[in-house]
Amino acid sequence: MVPASYYLILGAVLFVLGAAGVLVRRNALVMLMSVELMLSAVSLTLVTYSRFLGQVDGQVFALLVMAVAAAEVAVGLAVVVALVRHKDTTDVDEMDSC
Amino acid sequence: MAPALQGKGQTIMEMVLFWVLAVVAVAAGVGVIAQRSATRSALCLLANFCCLAGLYVLLNAQFVALVQVIVYAGAIVVLFLFVVLLLGAEGAEEKPGARRAQWVAAALLGALLLAGIVWALAPGTGAPAGALTRSDNVREIGAALLSSYAIPFELTAVVLLIAIIGTLVLAKKRLEE
Repeated sequence: MVPASYYLILGAVLFVLGAAGVLVRRNALVMLMSVELMLSAVSLTLVTYSRFLGQVDGQVFALLVMAVAAAEVAVGLAVVVALVRHKDTTDVDEMDSC
Repeated sequence: MAPALQGKGQTIMEMVLFWVLAVVAVAAGVGVIAQRSATRSALCLLANFCCLAGLYVLLNAQFVALVQVIVYAGAIVVLFLFVVLLLGAEGAEEKPGARRAQWVAAALLGALLLAGIVWALAPGTGAPAGALTRSDNVREIGAALLSSYAIPFELTAVVLLIAIIGTLVLAKKRLEE
């Protein structure tokens, strides 16, 4: 069986990639995608603990995270669409400056 | 995993599957943040979510894997692609070179964050494998959702309702202009 630490480190790596994406990218859509990456990395950690502690709770949390992620993406994209109609750019720096 | 498959062969297969899925997941994650075009980022995100679904199956969480594919890969990525194409945001960014300092800073911060997370998780990494080998994964999750997690489960409905209303309000304002 694959040790728990492998899954946990993979989750950490994916989370950090998402965080770096939010820091580096200036396209609002790609920033939202990076946030999704971070959310799913945390879900992986939760499911890993669920598996290795022999309890189903972590999986329940992962499902709730997915519901919140779906809601977040719907509202976030609606905000981006409204902003783009208003400012005519998806670049957050340009949005900020004009 | 079927009990009949237990043994050394199963361990090796699990290891191989884990490494393949993990490497593809990390590569796709790098793709999300490194691709110049937003469409390609979304497709990398899709690959990442599918790999995570595979890892969930390895972790004996079949129901979460299914929902991962349906909600993340099915709904969320399609929504992203839809908005990217709707806004024509394709490749509409990033003058190369101007962001180098930002990449360096993000890499440093990322390394620091990774070290922090690994350090925080280290006490838990020696956890012994629990005996969660039951195959009625869906039943267990259903029972947990409707008993000990009934209130969070119901509140999810409120969250989704608010999300629907918020999205409608934001989109409606746009139509009136």
